[in-house]
Amino acid sequence: MGEITLAQALNRAIDEAMADDPGVFCLGEDVAAKQGGGVFKITSGLSEKYGEHRVRATPISETAIVGAAVGAALAGQRPIAEIMLMNFVGVCMDQIVNHAAKLRFMSGGQTNVPLVIRTTTGVGVGFGGQHSDMLEAWFAHVAGLHVVTPSNAADARGLMRSAIECNDPVIFIENILCYGLKSEDPGPGYRVPMGKAAVAREGSDISLITYGRTVLDALAVAGELASEGISVEVIDLRTIAPYDEAAVLASVRKTGLALTLHEAVRPFGTGAELAATIQEKCWDYLKGPVRRVGGTFSPVPFATVLEQAWIPTKAQIIEQIKAALGRS
Amino acid sequence: MSTIDRARLLDIYTRTMKVNRTDEKFRSLLMQGKVAVMYYCVRGQELVSAAAMAALTDDDYVVCTYRGQGEQTAKGIPAELWWAECLGKVTGTCKGKGGTMHITYPAKGIMVTTGVVGSGLPIANGLAMASQNNGDGKVTVVSFGDGAANIGAFHEAMNMAQLYKLPVVFLCQNNRYGEHTAFADHTSSESISARASGYGMRGVLVDGNDVHQVYPAMQEAVDRARAGEGPTLIEAMCYRMMGHFFGADFSYMPPEHLAEMQREDPLPKLRKVMLEHQFSAEELDAVVAGIDAEIDDAVTMALAADLPGAEELAIDVLEGAPA
Repeated sequence: MGEITLAQALNRAIDEAMADDPGVFCLGEDVAAKQGGGVFKITSGLSEKYGEHRVRATPISETAIVGAAVGAALAGQRPIAEIMLMNFVGVCMDQIVNHAAKLRFMSGGQTNVPLVIRTTTGVGVGFGGQHSDMLEAWFAHVAGLHVVTPSNAADARGLMRSAIECNDPVIFIENILCYGLKSEDPGPGYRVPMGKAAVAREGSDISLITYGRTVLDALAVAGELASEGISVEVIDLRTIAPYDEAAVLASVRKTGLALTLHEAVRPFGTGAELAATIQEKCWDYLKGPVRRVGGTFSPVPFATVLEQAWIPTKAQIIEQIKAALGRS
Repeated sequence: MSTIDRARLLDIYTRTMKVNRTDEKFRSLLMQGKVAVMYYCVRGQELVSAAAMAALTDDDYVVCTYRGQGEQTAKGIPAELWWAECLGKVTGTCKGKGGTMHITYPAKGIMVTTGVVGSGLPIANGLAMASQNNGDGKVTVVSFGDGAANIGAFHEAMNMAQLYKLPVVFLCQNNRYGEHTAFADHTSSESISARASGYGMRGVLVDGNDVHQVYPAMQEAVDRARAGEGPTLIEAMCYRMMGHFFGADFSYMPPEHLAEMQREDPLPKLRKVMLEHQFSAEELDAVVAGIDAEIDDAVTMALAADLPGAEELAIDVLEGAPA
C-alpha cells in the first residue's frame, strides 16, 4: 500500500467513515474546500466529495460548534467536530464537560453522544502560550469521555475509525509536529481498538509509559540506551482515558520500574495518576519509586530558546532512567 | 384575534392545567416537607409552555432548562415517570440520575434539560442540524429565559442557526428576571426579540399570557421551520410569580410588580377564553379534577418506588457493563 503521513491517515479514515455511514459529518472552522480544507488540511477534499452539508465550515464559534455536534449526536448522527487548536477548548468546555460527557449518565442511558472532537496542539512550533498546551488531563479527569492520541500514522488511521464508531464522546488529540510522520498504510478498514495500549518497544529493565509525540522521544532514548546495555520497554497508551491499566501494570510487573512521560506540564498531569495507580497495584514488584517527566510548570513560552528549555528533553528522560537504575 | 379551533383550545387548556397542577402539587409537597429537592417554580409561565408544546408533534425535539417542568409536562412525559425522577427514584425517566434539573425523555422528544443557562441553544441547533441532514422533517424547540439571552452561547447559536437556516425555534420566556436580577438591570436592549434582526432572523414578540398570541406565533414558527424557511426567535412576555427556586427569598421583587403579575395571570385569562368558546365551567373543572387524580396517583407511586442502588454509579458513564 505504500506509506502515508499521519495527516493523510486521518483524512482517509474520515473519508472511509463518511462513505460507510451517511450519519458521519464534519463541522468546524475552515474545514470545507472553499476555506482550503482546514488549516492543517485534514478534511481536504471531503466537502467536494460529500457536499457542504456533511463538511460544514462554521463561524468561529466553538460553543456553537461543539453544542451542534452534541445535539446532532443525540439525534443519532456521528459528528466529527474540529476545534482548530486545543487551547480553544477553553471557549466550549461547558458543552464538553457539562453536556457531552454527562448526558448518557444524567439521562439514565436513554441518550448518548457519539461525537469526536478533533483538536491539535503541540510544543515546539513557536505558537506561544495560547496555541500550544497539552490539556489531556483536563478531559481525563471527567467521567464520560474517551481521550485518545496517536503517535504514528497507522494508529491515527485505526484510532480515528474506532473513535468515530465509539458510542460516547471522544477527544481526539493531534500533534502539529506529528502530521508529517509516515507509516506503512494499514489500508482501508483498519481499526485500532479504543482503550488498548501498544508495546512500542519491548524491554526488561524499566517501563517508559507515554503517548503521542513523546513516544518518538521514548523510542529514540530506548535505542540509545540499548547500546549501554539498558533495556527500556516503551508503552504507547494510545488511549489516555480510560487507559489500558492491564497493559501498564503487566509491563511494570515485568520490569519493576516505571517512568511516565508527557509533553503536558508535570504537576497534576496524567503521569501522576499513572504513578499513583502503579504504586497502589504493583508495590510488591517495584524496585524503586515511579518517576515522572513532563513539561515545565509555566505557560508555554514563545522564544525558541525558552520553548526548547520548557519541553521535556531526551537528556531528562535518560537522566531519570539512569537514576532509577542506579546508574547515574 | 386569531381563531384557534375548540379541540386545540381544549388541548392547550389541558396542557396548561397539567403544568399548573403539577407546579402546585410540587410546592405543596415541598411546603409539607414530604419532599426536599431543588424545584424551579413555573407559576405564571404555564401557558407559554403549554401553547408552545401544543404546536409540536410527539417526534419533534425539545431542549429546556431547569425551569422546564412546563415543557416536560406539556410535551407529555408520563406523570409517574416524571415524579419518580424528581424524587430520585430508580423508576424515574433517568433512573434518579438526572433529577429535577436534568429530565430527559426522548420517547416524547425531551432530549436535554440543562442546568446551565444558555447551553441548550447550541444543542438545539445540533438536533435541528441532524434533521436537516437526514430530512426527517422534525422541528426543534429550545426554551430559555431572558437571562440566557446575555450569554455567549445565545449569540453563537443564533448566528449559526440563521446561517444554516436550521429548523429550530428559539422560545425565550421573558419572565422578567434572570435569577434575582430584573430584566432592565441585566439587559441593555429593550427586548430580546428585537435582537433577531441583528442575525438576519425573524423575531416575534408576543404576550405570553394570551393564548391567541402565543399559540399562533408558535405554530407559524414551527410551520416555517418545517418548511425549510429557517429559525424564529419568539419572545413570550410572562411573569415568574415566585422566587428563582422554591424557598428562595424574593423580597427583591417589588410589590407593585407582583400586583401587576397577578392582574396578568394567564390562568384566569385562559379560563375566560374557554368560557367564551362555550366550554362549561363544569367541563373545565372536570379536566382539572382528572389531572389532579392522575398527579396524586403518580406521586403516590413515586413516593413508594425504590431508590437507585449504588451500582448505578458505574452504569451509563460510558457504554458497556462496568468493569
